[in-house]
Amino acid sequence: MSKRKVGAAHMPVGECITQVQEILRQRFCRQRVPDRPGGVEAQHKHLLGLLKRTAVHGESNSVLIVGPRGAGKTMLLKCVLRDLMEEKEVQKNLLQVHLNGLLQTDDRIALKEITRQLSLENVVGDKVFGSFSENLVFLLEALKKGDRSSSRPVLFVLDEFDLFAHHKNQTLLYNLFDVSQSAQTPIAVVGLTCRLDVLELLEKRVKSRFSHRQIHLLSSLTFPQYLERVQTQLSLPDDFPDENFAQNWNSSIKAVCEDKSVRDVLQRHFNSSKDHRTMNMLLMLCLSRVSVSKPTIKPADVLEASRMCFSDAKANMLHGLSILELCLIIAMKHLNDIYEGEPFNLQMVHNEFKKFLHRKSSSMYNFEQPVIMKAFEHLQQLELIRPVDGSSAKTQREYQLMRLMLDHSQIMEALQKYPQCPTDVKQWAMSAFG
Amino acid sequence: MTALLQQPGYEEERLQRVAEKLPCRDVQAGLLLSLMGQPQQYSFPSIFIYGHRASGKSHVLQVLLKELELPHATVSCVECVSVVLLFEQVLLSFFGCDAASLLPRSPSLSDFVRVYRQQCSQSPAKQTRYIVMEKAELLRDTDANLLPALLRLQELVEDNVTVILLSEIVWDKFRPNTGCFEPLLLHFPDYSKGELQQILSQDRHPSYSAEFYSSYINILLGVFYSVCRDLRELRHLAALNFSKFCEPLAEGKVKDTDTHKLWRNIEPHLKKAMQTVYLREVSSLQWEQMQQMEEKETGTVRGLSAHTHVELPYYSKFLLIAAYLASYNPARTDKRFFVKHHGKIKKTNFLKKNEKTSNHLLGPKPFPLDRLLAIFYSVVDSRVAPTASIFSQISSLVTLQLLTKVSQGDLLDAPKFKCAVSLDFICAISRTVNFEILKYLYDFL
Repeated sequence: MSKRKVGAAHMPVGECITQVQEILRQRFCRQRVPDRPGGVEAQHKHLLGLLKRTAVHGESNSVLIVGPRGAGKTMLLKCVLRDLMEEKEVQKNLLQVHLNGLLQTDDRIALKEITRQLSLENVVGDKVFGSFSENLVFLLEALKKGDRSSSRPVLFVLDEFDLFAHHKNQTLLYNLFDVSQSAQTPIAVVGLTCRLDVLELLEKRVKSRFSHRQIHLLSSLTFPQYLERVQTQLSLPDDFPDENFAQNWNSSIKAVCEDKSVRDVLQRHFNSSKDHRTMNMLLMLCLSRVSVSKPTIKPADVLEASRMCFSDAKANMLHGLSILELCLIIAMKHLNDIYEGEPFNLQMVHNEFKKFLHRKSSSMYNFEQPVIMKAFEHLQQLELIRPVDGSSAKTQREYQLMRLMLDHSQIMEALQKYPQCPTDVKQWAMSAFG
Repeated sequence: MTALLQQPGYEEERLQRVAEKLPCRDVQAGLLLSLMGQPQQYSFPSIFIYGHRASGKSHVLQVLLKELELPHATVSCVECVSVVLLFEQVLLSFFGCDAASLLPRSPSLSDFVRVYRQQCSQSPAKQTRYIVMEKAELLRDTDANLLPALLRLQELVEDNVTVILLSEIVWDKFRPNTGCFEPLLLHFPDYSKGELQQILSQDRHPSYSAEFYSSYINILLGVFYSVCRDLRELRHLAALNFSKFCEPLAEGKVKDTDTHKLWRNIEPHLKKAMQTVYLREVSSLQWEQMQQMEEKETGTVRGLSAHTHVELPYYSKFLLIAAYLASYNPARTDKRFFVKHHGKIKKTNFLKKNEKTSNHLLGPKPFPLDRLLAIFYSVVDSRVAPTASIFSQISSLVTLQLLTKVSQGDLLDAPKFKCAVSLDFICAISRTVNFEILKYLYDFL
């Protein structure tokens, strides 16, 4: 580690790099909430106003936040909650219940979780309730303030809202929306979901109690805005301890973003998906190439990270097959070409392979049927071929019909990259028929 | 080699030990280390590592996590028949057995997350915790919510934990319908021939020289490389056949630099190994016993498939031959084969030469019982009465799985069967009764 004692506020390079990693990892891996929401001001204002009305004025509300995966729904909600909690009255009164559709797969489990999060386990004790709604009403009654005049407002956040719609009778949703419509307790129900057609999943009685308020987070970034976002995500904040290092870092990031090859790569990423998560994954891969011996990000890092993101997984797996298995795949490709995609079985593939061997008169690949069967089964295990239907019990293994799950172009591309591929195999693959 | 494995936060000598234990895998180990970062920093919530079998995925991770003493829980999804086992294993590895006992009787994922959060608030993570799940393709068959929840476990439990999934199958086949949190994808490439040679040469017996052993590995790879590139299988074969390779050396017939003679000695042996040990027809013990017997005593190796050549009674053999003919000949050709004075049947070239309809490629066809008996009576040379003993032989053939019954259970008077034996088998059987089956098969006309 080199030490540069140029000024009082300077740290050794190793220290700086550790700090940089710490800050950037919090951004990419932990998805820390940014200070200002980027590009969603209108939605932020709308949601904040809604929740404030519930928390302060006691008005019941329900809203759905809808957006594709990685659009920033949870980030928006966290931002709004953080701004909401800045008011003292809200902080004192508002109760929060966070439910997740992946964890609470049943209404019973959901109810237990609500009881636990409202800290009412002692109050409920061993009571047995007749129905779900009785239980929920009891819980909400128990939250009334001491003078029995009003109840504390409760915020219900339902993550993966569409999974709650698959519960039996949608009891939880019905009761929550029912309470939000009747004037009993002020509650706010905020649902987050990735399905745009989520309203179709709701039953009629549930849908009628829902306020039909939806906040859409459809990303409308343009490419310059996307580039700017990349730059801000990679730049260091102003309060970094070593100012000199931070300035050098930020200017190198600016230079990288203006590089032509990097722009092309980012354009390709932008064209495939604009959301935050894929961007974070790309930037994380770039960050992993920063070390003490190389304390900046260079354009080559971005190119390498992009290559890793876009590499074809199946082609990578084809690279590791043995020659026999590769020949079987080429035989299957020819069968697909001749018979236009109809399913095949091992006997047909073996027959095709034997035709190739007869032509080439090379005894190198003259293997017996069981060895070929083992290679075929290995391909089945890798799920490169799949049986056509499930009735595998009645047919013998050699005659079971299969389909190839690879594309013509994937096979040809893999052949180009295959190490030490024999020329006659390559020629066989490229020939038109048989 | 140590130059590649440098990461602040870990001791130098530990990293050096790691590098020594991972030959030919420095690039991947370096990449993993740089993604893991320093122990107290956060890492990406989920990482998916894919690659062929025996390409070192579990090995690299285990060496890294054990040598660098990072808190981890390794779970093999094959062992987790129910999710309870997964939850208990994770809680046990991170928080001790008291935490595992806090789980209720049949815990749901919600209970697991709750207990984890409780434990985590008492003992927060000073270093990143890793959960490694091997054979992750089996997670697709469990509850639909388990895989998406595991991928975002860091967010759900609000702890510094990373889930690493290892699998042979590519990520595209894992993705749930409505999407999920995408993990970071890492590929472990297969070993090249040179790398395989390098790794296999490390197992050498200390009493033989390195060049001798590497010439042996060279010969072994020459025979097996085009069929199998799996490191585990090759190591197994190398260990089994080495003593045979050294035999002429021990007997003093050749010197250890005389590679040609050694090759001539071992090559037929390796070819035989491909048909037996490689296919697991004989066990390793049987193979070693065979090697110790002299050449004149070897005889035929009775592999597993050979045991299906059971001795059948005389009429059962003819029933089986008749069943094979019924399965693989189309019904309209029966007249030509089995009636004494048949008329002319025109064989159109188109029908015969169109290989796709060759019955031996498509598989056996079902046939009714009457057709079987008709062919049987014409094939058997003596007069046979249709007694119950004949019919019971048919049902015992079904029990032996030489015939399969394909009709539904409710059609008692018209059962249909299929013949489930291969051509070699039926040729062997017909030889024992002096019946030339190839003359009666339509595909061989």
